[in-house]
Amino acid sequence: MLQLSLLILLIPFAGFLILIFFGKRLPRQGDWLGTSFLGITLLMSVFLLISKIASIPGDTLSYSFSWVIIGNPDAGGFSVDLGVMIDNLTVVMLVVVMLVSFLVHLFSIGYMKDDPRYSRYFSYLGLFTFSMTGIVLTDNLLMMYIFWELVGISSYLLIGFWYEKKSASNAANKAFIVNRIGDAGMFIGIMILFIHFSTFSFDAIFSGIQAGDLPFQSTAWLTAAGILIFCGAVGKSAQFPLHVWLPDAMEGPTPVSALIHAATMVAAGGYLIARMFPILTAEALLVIAYIGAITALIAATIALTQHDIKKILAYSTISQLGYMVMALGVGAFTAGFMHLVTHAAFKAGLFLGAGSVIFAMHHALHQKHDHKTDAQDLRNMGGLKSRMPLTYWTFLIFTLAISGVPLTSGFLSKDEILAGTLAFSSLNGHYLLPVIGFVVAGLTAFYMFRLFILTFHGKHADESRVSDLKESPFTMTIPLMILAGLSTFVFYSFNPFAASGGWFFSAIERPLSLVPEALQPASAEVFAQAVSALHTPALILSIIIAGAGIFGAVWVYQWKKTSAVQISEKFGALYRGSFNKWYFDEMYQAVFINGTFIITKVLRWFDETIVDGIVNGAAYVFERFSVVNRWFDEHIIDGLVNLTALGTGVLGKVLRKLQTGKIQHYLAFVVLGMLVFYFIII
Amino acid sequence: MEFTAILFYVFSITTLGSALFMVFCKNIVHAAFALMFTLLGVAALYVLLFADFLAATQVLVYVGGILILILFGVMLTTQGFSSNLKALTTNLLPVSVVMAFVAAGMMYVFYTSSWPVVVMDEPDSTITGLGMLLLHEYMLPFQITGVLLLIAIIGALLMATRIKHPN
Amino acid sequence: MENSFLQWLAQPELTHYLMLGAMLFCIGITLVLTRRNVIMVLMGIELILNSANINFIAFSRYSVITLDGHLTALFLIILAAAEAAVALAIVLNIYNRFKTIDIDEISLLKG
Repeated sequence: MLQLSLLILLIPFAGFLILIFFGKRLPRQGDWLGTSFLGITLLMSVFLLISKIASIPGDTLSYSFSWVIIGNPDAGGFSVDLGVMIDNLTVVMLVVVMLVSFLVHLFSIGYMKDDPRYSRYFSYLGLFTFSMTGIVLTDNLLMMYIFWELVGISSYLLIGFWYEKKSASNAANKAFIVNRIGDAGMFIGIMILFIHFSTFSFDAIFSGIQAGDLPFQSTAWLTAAGILIFCGAVGKSAQFPLHVWLPDAMEGPTPVSALIHAATMVAAGGYLIARMFPILTAEALLVIAYIGAITALIAATIALTQHDIKKILAYSTISQLGYMVMALGVGAFTAGFMHLVTHAAFKAGLFLGAGSVIFAMHHALHQKHDHKTDAQDLRNMGGLKSRMPLTYWTFLIFTLAISGVPLTSGFLSKDEILAGTLAFSSLNGHYLLPVIGFVVAGLTAFYMFRLFILTFHGKHADESRVSDLKESPFTMTIPLMILAGLSTFVFYSFNPFAASGGWFFSAIERPLSLVPEALQPASAEVFAQAVSALHTPALILSIIIAGAGIFGAVWVYQWKKTSAVQISEKFGALYRGSFNKWYFDEMYQAVFINGTFIITKVLRWFDETIVDGIVNGAAYVFERFSVVNRWFDEHIIDGLVNLTALGTGVLGKVLRKLQTGKIQHYLAFVVLGMLVFYFIII
Repeated sequence: MEFTAILFYVFSITTLGSALFMVFCKNIVHAAFALMFTLLGVAALYVLLFADFLAATQVLVYVGGILILILFGVMLTTQGFSSNLKALTTNLLPVSVVMAFVAAGMMYVFYTSSWPVVVMDEPDSTITGLGMLLLHEYMLPFQITGVLLLIAIIGALLMATRIKHPN
Repeated sequence: MENSFLQWLAQPELTHYLMLGAMLFCIGITLVLTRRNVIMVLMGIELILNSANINFIAFSRYSVITLDGHLTALFLIILAAAEAAVALAIVLNIYNRFKTIDIDEISLLKG
């Protein structure tokens, strides 16, 4: 299995290398190569998943070797190991990454067809898949960090793929810089653990903490390390307050948004929390839960009012990521991770569906030589139902899944998360978390159906375009159908109303907390009891709320019983706030960027008046003083200097005779000098 | 007298004899060949000291590389059979007398001082040990040496190719 | 006395190698100091480096530090190779500039 996992890691990398160097010369620019490589690794990882879960579900396989040894590892030195580790979390995540990546490859063959940098695009996808696999497979924090940065760079390359567009290159820079803030925190967290344990290995650090050996013997440091490592997840998973980069990242090609900015890379944050779960203290988990809840709420409210189809999906992604993070924070480990998996399937599907719609819109606009109309704007769509039936029906399934309607995968995981937050509040009294959870569930259902209805129902904005709108080719619709299949409940649990009996819940169990007793969150058994007690009310409540959200959207946008414009005017301030994304970008501009300018202005004033004043004053004093000095210099110092020069000149005239310019004479002097020393020592 | 002792003297005499020949011979090409015998003698002495890898390196690098380089140098800097082939000397007599005294003094010091001699077991092969050391404790010197060689090669190329000189 | 000296001669160990190194060193110095041809001077330098190497290896054979001496010698050989390459490049340059490699005639730095 370990060899297989290494192959899974290296095959995409080989694809990347081949395509980046020879892509242009291969037939069809090498798209079949990247896609078939991914197909092979997908089969491998499915095989790995089945054989792991079926035969050795409880074991953790790992292999590592020393990469660099510095000093003696037994006495003060350390060795940096590289290695892979396979447990149930890994294999599930691996299949998710490979599946979405494969489908996105397939989809891109149609979507990117006429792009001038077609082969470059596929090589970047390969690089991304390699890095993501690295994150999933690694057994130590250092490799995790390295691959973390590698996915960052591939995300940067793909967001800025159309770098001729100023907005795309700006978005790429923004994503990279904002991520850097989170990664800096993560690096500090890793270093806190490393300085104390002298190792990066998960296993060694976990067993050290289990034995009661805390970083710097202080529980505060342990909490700090947990929260700082979580900072990395905040950056990469676009959690509040670093969520601002993800909507801008939609400047990249749409399949990329599906792969990186919806399904896999942004979920890496969730994976990181799941990995580090055993050493997170209750306080750290509480912080994580609240960050997740705040993110979910903010993003969901923004998504209500946006017009750009991809922006809405981006905010919905942030909101769902907030859900996952909140679930992990409250201790609903399995539910959170399951939401990660189900979300990957239906959100990738939503993005690919949106891609299909945008592709068709572009095509139609191109036919009419219309380059002004925005192909991504909801207000320019409508009535696509009859023109794009396959996209329509698959999109409907994804929308139902994300809204949490029974019989879908999203319902299973979301319901478990809501039950988890309820259980958490019943144990600890944090009632805000379930309230936010249910409100966001309703908002999600509302804005997703708003998007759905505005895109596919009603009349098309410009009747003359309708005849040019066509269903996308098969390479694009097949991934949609596969993902739609995966968004139904049967793949996760045979009981459509409870996930807890399915294979997923038995395969992915919440790991034991290894931190000292007093800092542990409520144990898995206690938590599970609370969940099972509250499961039925959560189930009923979540169905009602999702139904209310869907009904609201249908009421306003399908039947038009109440005008959307009227509602927005009624809640004027709230509407404007939501429409302008709660002014986060403006706030960061005002606080951080303008703040820096203001500080520089203050410093400049300080420099010009005070520092320069001191310098000028000193200069005046010195000038007066130097007049006195001059007389002294001219008469006394100069006399001495001239005397010295005279002496040196005379000496030089004598000594220049030694300077024969012949190297061997100099060497002879050297040997003679050496001999003199030699005899002195003896 | 043991066999190794005989070998030691044979190789020492080869080494020193051809080194002395270099000092006194007139023809620079002959001197280069004498240098080859000196280097081979030193390599043989390495073998006697159980430094097999070093002996091989000595033959490869010195005899195979540096000596050839020197011969090329001779070739490129001689104009036909002019006086340049005759390597002239300066102050040969005083210098050799002084250096003979120095050598004698050093040998006297070595002979009279008592060294703490520890004879280790004869190793099978030093290659494994050298490899381990090179990649662990001597990692940094090893890398730096690589960089040094690169710089030397680039520098040598740069200097040797700049033939045109404003004269 | 006579007997013990012969015995000493019959069993070569550390001192013998050190003496050999010393002689080789002195011959190298003599070459460097007396030859007028730059290339011969270079050969002398190679001899000096070799004498140092003999010492390193002899010490690593007859003391507890076993392989470190070997490594130092190895680095010295590499150094000598780099030195020879650069030095010969310099020689070629000198030859192109002065049309000779007699170092007694190259005395631009004469005071």
